[in-house]
Amino acid sequence: MTTKAKAVAPKVAANTASETEELVFDRPESMVDRATHYCPGCHHGIAHRLVAELLDEMDLTKKTIAVSSIGCSVFLYNYIDVDTVEAPHGRAPAVATGVKRARGDKFVFTYQGDGDLASIGMAEIMHAANRGERLTVVFVNNTVYGMTGGQMAPTTLIGQKTTTCPGGRCKDREGSPIRMSEIIAQLGGVVFAARGSLDSVKNIRQAKKYLKKAFEVQEQGLGFSFVELLSGCPTNWRMTPLAANKRITEEMIPYFPLGVYRDSTADGTCGSLVAPAEGGK
Amino acid sequence: MAGKKDKLFVKGNEAIAMGALAAGCKCFFGYPITPQNDIPEFMSKAMVDAGGEFVQAESEVAAANMLLGAGACGIRAMTSSSSPGMSLKQEAISYMAGSEIPAVIVNMNRGGPGLGDIGPAQGDYYQSTRGGGHGDYRLLVLAPASAQEAYDMTFEAFDLAFRYKNPVLILGDAIIGQMKEPITPREPKAVDPNEGGEWRLESTGGKRDHRIIKSLFLMDGELAGQNKKLQAKYDNMQKFVDFESYETKDAELIVVAYGSIGRIAKNAVRALRKKGKKVGLFRPKTLYPFPSVALDKLAKEGKRFLTIEHNLGQMVDDVRLAVRKHADSALFCVYPGNMPSPDDFEAPILKALKGK
Repeated sequence: MTTKAKAVAPKVAANTASETEELVFDRPESMVDRATHYCPGCHHGIAHRLVAELLDEMDLTKKTIAVSSIGCSVFLYNYIDVDTVEAPHGRAPAVATGVKRARGDKFVFTYQGDGDLASIGMAEIMHAANRGERLTVVFVNNTVYGMTGGQMAPTTLIGQKTTTCPGGRCKDREGSPIRMSEIIAQLGGVVFAARGSLDSVKNIRQAKKYLKKAFEVQEQGLGFSFVELLSGCPTNWRMTPLAANKRITEEMIPYFPLGVYRDSTADGTCGSLVAPAEGGK
Repeated sequence: MAGKKDKLFVKGNEAIAMGALAAGCKCFFGYPITPQNDIPEFMSKAMVDAGGEFVQAESEVAAANMLLGAGACGIRAMTSSSSPGMSLKQEAISYMAGSEIPAVIVNMNRGGPGLGDIGPAQGDYYQSTRGGGHGDYRLLVLAPASAQEAYDMTFEAFDLAFRYKNPVLILGDAIIGQMKEPITPREPKAVDPNEGGEWRLESTGGKRDHRIIKSLFLMDGELAGQNKKLQAKYDNMQKFVDFESYETKDAELIVVAYGSIGRIAKNAVRALRKKGKKVGLFRPKTLYPFPSVALDKLAKEGKRFLTIEHNLGQMVDDVRLAVRKHADSALFCVYPGNMPSPDDFEAPILKALKGK
């Protein structure tokens, strides 16, 4: 991850015995120096870090307003050093619409889990995307309601046991897990939609590339950008962190394939989809 | 140009939109519902012309949350709706009150419960004056009785919202919204570009610590502290109480009514005065804060009271609380779904006047 800048101008750790010892890996500047409340093996820490690294690298920290959502990641504002407003459950894309419309020159992102975004907030995410709001949505999908103790989410896999589907999710009774990236990619205002995963170093690196692209799309004023991150919740999956990573690889990725679902900057459809029609008023 | 422009002949709904525009409203988030549609329709053009933003949201839920976002940025913003839509907005209103975000919200009350009808009613009095959503909070509630008052109250509502960092509710009804009357517009306000500069979100600019606007307080004592702070704010709001007092000085019986019903009742009182009856009218213009002190004073003077409402009896609770040391209040209800006229009120007023 980001070590380049540090290597050029090495910091000396304050409590080190040797003055020549170099700090080669540090928290991004836009991350607050505070231990997170996340469980061992939780991927929110990685997702936060990727966002913070990009805010640093793209020099966005000082112009960013974040919208935190309801769930474990409501405390985003304790960890990332940007102005933040807390949205009601599922409403982050609507709140972010208000923020961006009020302050069009700012970089605005929401950070939402799967219960928040794909269940209670389905209307808000669909319409913010369809309007082509100049926002970036970071969607953390761990197939479960984490903060409330592991209930079934709209993304819970068939057969997955949760506290509200103790026998395993049944398609006939609870429906199928929703694939949000595929759905979002179909909407007119969306310029970039991709799904990455945080289960391996390789996938984390790729996820960061998706986030970077999404941030660039907003900065260029092109339209709505969306990145889904498949993530682990060892606590509520009742697994070790390693087993949770394995589950993402073996069970989640086959159902939620990784990749870019929409990139209107690459296929030449961007302008026609995003620019308002001439004389359309 | 220090003065008034020519009179305009407009609907109450349009007066509200114009009042907001003159007050420096820069973002409007709407959703269609009768009888308030003139407001988003007017704003869809006016906001663009004013260099602001108009969004027709996907729902009243979303519109209210967009308002939350714009308000958190310290921008003068507004949404409007009518009763069923107001139920949907309560979630965001509770969050705005809890996170101390200024905003202006309009409810053109229609008949309920449920889908009700699209005519006038006052069934949302409790919802408006008791907060409306979950938790302990209050909104400043302004109740216009004419298009001019609708204009003026909206014009001032934004200042109040920012002074108290609290949502302000304009509570009209289908009569106020749909009736066309002359209004005298005011000179547009010059809004301070630094309004809310000490708390609003505008990104750090690399020059200050980041700001958090939230209503979640989990640390020991934190939420109690926030509630105490909010209560102090509501106490402080009491001084902004406002009401109309008509022919109350020598009145034996005082009719208490607000909004369009207050105006209709005034006609009934005027007609009865011509017949020599000692009746008066007390019309709260702020429903929260409620003019309890003024009513208590009238009660102390030995007046009797009749509350007239376009619901099953809601404001009468506040009237009774206000006058409880010296008096009580009779109640006359117009059921939502019925449209009252001044003639309908004369008989109940005379009955209460004989009273005792």
